Amino acid sequence: MSKIKSLDELRQMKARLGNEMDIREKSNNPDKLVQIRVAMATCGIAAGARTVMNAIVDRVEKDKLPVIVTQGGCMGYCYAEPTIEVRRPGEEPVVFGYVNKDKATEIIDKYVLHGELVDGILPVNYQTIQEKI
Amino acid sequence: MNDLSMHILDIIQNSISAGATRVILTVDENPASDRLVISITDNGKGMTPDQVRRLADPFFTSRTTRRVGMGIPLLVQTAQQSGGDVSIESEPGKGTSVTAFFGYSNIDRPPLGDLANAFALTVSSNPDMDFVLVYRYNGQEYVLDTSDVREIFGDGALRNLTIVKNIEEMLKENIAGMRNS
Repeated sequence: MSKIKSLDELRQMKARLGNEMDIREKSNNPDKLVQIRVAMATCGIAAGARTVMNAIVDRVEKDKLPVIVTQGGCMGYCYAEPTIEVRRPGEEPVVFGYVNKDKATEIIDKYVLHGELVDGILPVNYQTIQEKI
Repeated sequence: MNDLSMHILDIIQNSISAGATRVILTVDENPASDRLVISITDNGKGMTPDQVRRLADPFFTSRTTRRVGMGIPLLVQTAQQSGGDVSIESEPGKGTSVTAFFGYSNIDRPPLGDLANAFALTVSSNPDMDFVLVYRYNGQEYVLDTSDVREIFGDGALRNLTIVKNIEEMLKENIAGMRNS
């Protein structure tokens, strides 16, 4: 069996991307970042969460937004998937339902960057799985 | 679930919920022997034999937020409709291994989908975990271990979306290259 090892490629990539890239810039100040959690349980994935997450990750990467994107489990809002939870620093999290690529862009442009609420917020009687256990 | 990469995203979530710190994803495409095998092995908390037995039951879940769990049942259905099956091995305290077999040329087998993207999304949203992708095509093997990425780029490397994007592109090229060789 022939094997391809990725180590050399990774070293080349590092040289290409340059050393000036500060890999710690985000981990330094996690409290100042907006956290976006995309629900990626079976229900979310089946409803298109992957497309939504790709759209968000691409945007954050392209514009170097102060945002951390993670995946979450099912929050019990299967009917409204794909859902995303946005937590602005120092604020209560807000959950948006029925998100698609365009809605994700609108949420980033208005709520994530400027705190301006947009349609599609799910009721606030919501707890994360961690709080519930 | 439109493609098998969606199942992969889904099943890896189970490993993460089980507290795994290292997940090995193996995708073995073998058109020559008409087989596609996907396995996900984690070092999470594992399951008892009784839990494993009840996994294919959609009304079994370890969660408390709701009473159904569709991830494994859907995977079993997809595997069985493509002339394959799913086997699960687990030991409490050690971890779990889920292996799904598919008939490669079976008309009911969904396409593999964007494997590189599924892997990259999982890695970028769990930057402190280790993920290993082992991709095989007709016996050729490619391995990417994110602990190597950390070693070469530094500890917070997987939080950097630019690095993860570049890794995704690298995986895409390697997978395409192996398929075309």
